[in-house]
Amino acid sequence: MSTQPNMVVGQSRAARWAFNGSVLFLCLWVLVPIYLLLSNALSAPSEVTAFPKKLVPSFDTESVEFFLYFHGVGKALWSSIKVAFITMIMSILIGAPAGYALSRFDFRGKNAFRILVLMTRAFPLPLLALPMAVMFIRVGLDDTIFGLAIVHTTLALPFAVLITYSLFSGIPIELEEAAWTLGCNRVQAFIKVIFPLVLPGIAASAIFAFVVSWNEVFAAAVLTIDNRTLPAFLLQSLDDAPLHLKFAGGAVMVLPALIFIFLVRKYLFAMWGIANR
Amino acid sequence: MQNRMLPYMLLLPATIFLLVFFVYPFTLVAWQAFATDEGELTTKYINKMASHWKFEKALTYTLVLALVIVPIQLALSLLMATLVSSMKRGRDLILYIWTIPLGISDLAAGIIWLAIFEQTGFLNSLLYSTGMIAEPITFLGYQDKGTIFLAVVLAEIWRATAIMLVILVAGMGLIPKEYYEAAQVYGANSWQTFTKVTLPLLKPSLQTALILRVILAFEVFAVVAALGGTNLPVLMGEVYNRQFVLQDNHTAAAFAMLILLISIISTVFFMWSLRTPKGASI
Amino acid sequence: MAEIQIKQVSKSFGKVVALHSIDLTIADQEFVVLLGASGCGKTTLLRIIAGLETATSGEVHIGGKRIDHLPPKDRGIAMVFQNYAVFPHLTVYENIAFGLRMAKLNQSEVDRRVNRTASMMHIEQLLQRYSGQLSGGQRQRVAVARALATEPEVILMDEPLSNLDALLRMEMRAELKGILAESNTTTVYVTHDQVEAMSMADRIAVMHGGDIVQAATPVEVYRNPAAHFVASFIGNPPMNFVPAKKIKDGLWSVAGAQISGPSSTKNELQFAIRPEDLTPKENGLLKAKVALVEPLGSHLLVSCNIENNLFRVILDSDSSISSGDILSLQPMEDRVRWFDPETELAV
Repeated sequence: MSTQPNMVVGQSRAARWAFNGSVLFLCLWVLVPIYLLLSNALSAPSEVTAFPKKLVPSFDTESVEFFLYFHGVGKALWSSIKVAFITMIMSILIGAPAGYALSRFDFRGKNAFRILVLMTRAFPLPLLALPMAVMFIRVGLDDTIFGLAIVHTTLALPFAVLITYSLFSGIPIELEEAAWTLGCNRVQAFIKVIFPLVLPGIAASAIFAFVVSWNEVFAAAVLTIDNRTLPAFLLQSLDDAPLHLKFAGGAVMVLPALIFIFLVRKYLFAMWGIANR
Repeated sequence: MQNRMLPYMLLLPATIFLLVFFVYPFTLVAWQAFATDEGELTTKYINKMASHWKFEKALTYTLVLALVIVPIQLALSLLMATLVSSMKRGRDLILYIWTIPLGISDLAAGIIWLAIFEQTGFLNSLLYSTGMIAEPITFLGYQDKGTIFLAVVLAEIWRATAIMLVILVAGMGLIPKEYYEAAQVYGANSWQTFTKVTLPLLKPSLQTALILRVILAFEVFAVVAALGGTNLPVLMGEVYNRQFVLQDNHTAAAFAMLILLISIISTVFFMWSLRTPKGASI
Repeated sequence: MAEIQIKQVSKSFGKVVALHSIDLTIADQEFVVLLGASGCGKTTLLRIIAGLETATSGEVHIGGKRIDHLPPKDRGIAMVFQNYAVFPHLTVYENIAFGLRMAKLNQSEVDRRVNRTASMMHIEQLLQRYSGQLSGGQRQRVAVARALATEPEVILMDEPLSNLDALLRMEMRAELKGILAESNTTTVYVTHDQVEAMSMADRIAVMHGGDIVQAATPVEVYRNPAAHFVASFIGNPPMNFVPAKKIKDGLWSVAGAQISGPSSTKNELQFAIRPEDLTPKENGLLKAKVALVEPLGSHLLVSCNIENNLFRVILDSDSSISSGDILSLQPMEDRVRWFDPETELAV
């Protein structure tokens, strides 16, 4: 039982317990708060403000229904989806070619581009909302879905470039070369050989872009008024909204994220591997 | 098959996008902070920001929050990464659970911890039902800066440790197992292996994780808004108030420049302090 | 007809010169091996022929037609890669059919050719599998089948056997040689393995430092190396070298012995002989002190010392020799070669 070599945990039974105990504690630390939010969201509004609170929800959908039919929520939800969708499309369409170029070519200026991408990390990107507000008024993009999607694409693009960079790097160039020698031109080789192989990864990186946009609060709150996204809507109703509305809203925001992170979990780590150094 | 222009054509959209929507806007925001609408250079917005009664508090709270949160997260994420790397069964499941908060927005995280700390929340319910208190305590009221601060710290640790964990786990994955085995063969114990092999080889990942995390910490906003409203002023909250509520673009820009400044200082600090000598990486 | 002509091809990567001006003509249906150590430019030359790399200058002609400006697909070549490059998302069948589908052949023709090449490579039973379900040797067979299926005029092979284990490599070597001979294609084959080169090639082009040092039949390359490099690279163990001083025209002093050699204006040459071209004999010309004896089963490999030069001899396993002995050796006269130490070329 205790003969397995182990880097950190020693060989003893006590150490084994400490190891399993810490893992369990950390899992609970992550999961319990989420459970509590969902439990709130699935309780009737009267239960949400009742005291003391029960740990098991009554599975009453009144809170969620109240939230979904609350004035502005439906529209905000729809805006959120639209913005996230546009962000997803734009960051892949713009990011994937760059990732491909970085993985397949050596050229002058490659490093400069990498630095430009990595530099985005050293800047508090949500602040972009300020100058963009001015820019957008000038070009008529203020308070639009598309304008916000542009800001969100700036947030998601560096990730898209780096994920696709490591995806393409993971595919031996010989596969492409073999296709060329077998009668493909560059485009055909890409479509027939590379694309099928990177498709799952591209999908993951698209989902990641979607999540980035779905969750973004600051820029959304600054840039939109009529076209508020769900986070912006929630933020602006924090002061006056009843508790059960906040909790139901929180739950609606969290659920898709849970699913999305599950879908892309394999790629989270590829993203932060060698391409990032 | 080597087309000289092809890589540039592929990079062009991304480059243009980043120049127009990243580099240029940051010059715009600097201009807004230092120039009037008529285009005169001025320091009056900086002065206005600095003389505001919330300025000092916002700056202090932002810095102290980062100073308290980030070291705890660093230790915690290193612990988690080490636990995961020495795990044989269930590794994927545990990693998934631990990275869930990565997909949760700061606002949602704030609301989650609000469910715990608000007056009729779960913490009060727990204390009450175990008989430790006779009636619910107000944790997040106007007077309770201490508990608001604590709640924000907990929520931030809960929410944003995952990003560091992911970076560190990916980094550890790049370290060949043989290095650990070599260290053990030459007599290093677990702790020595960790400090003398893992940490030095993990330096590039630690650098990335810290730069990213500290900048995110300086941007702390929605968690604070959800838990403390305006009772706990932070820099990003001030930017939001100036820009959106008070429509004072210039002072908002001044605050933004301040955040940018401390972000750059911290980035440069980590680039310098965690630099890897050329040729010393894996 | 697919004669390959390489005319003054050179290639630099930035400041690094990978190929100096290379000239090589490969006859129709010839099997030429580019042999050399890693970094000698052999793979670069192959990739230039394939069109995967663009030459800095020079021309490549296939079948009399200049093709160095064409993309790989228009050159009438097929290529087998070192790591096989079998497409992981396609079945073996679709891998082999890939080039045929690109050429828009009709289904019955595709079927016919896939089945023919698959049976040629003995992989008929694997047609519905994916790359991940194949062993290294099977992947190798798929890669060759895929190249043959297109019935190319020229097949290019980049170290195709180097990822196989020793036994499998020997088996594939023989099989490949037979199949390629039948297929009537011109073959350019890159390897660093001299045994592979010797056993398969019609002609070996030995490359070193971005140049072709010698291009000749295997026996010629082995017996009459054109340069010091070839002599020291080919043969296991390689040729022995001992400095020679001129006594008079046509007579040289080698380690105290007088040996007749070429007439040369130079005062110093190198005497060279292969380890197996010496026989022990009383009063032999060369005296060598034995340093190490390695019994290799079929023969003994004896490392000796002649005037501080390492000198290896292959002797019969029955000889009883131990280190410290002095061997008296007689070189076989017609096997002695001479090199100029300055130009490093054969004299």
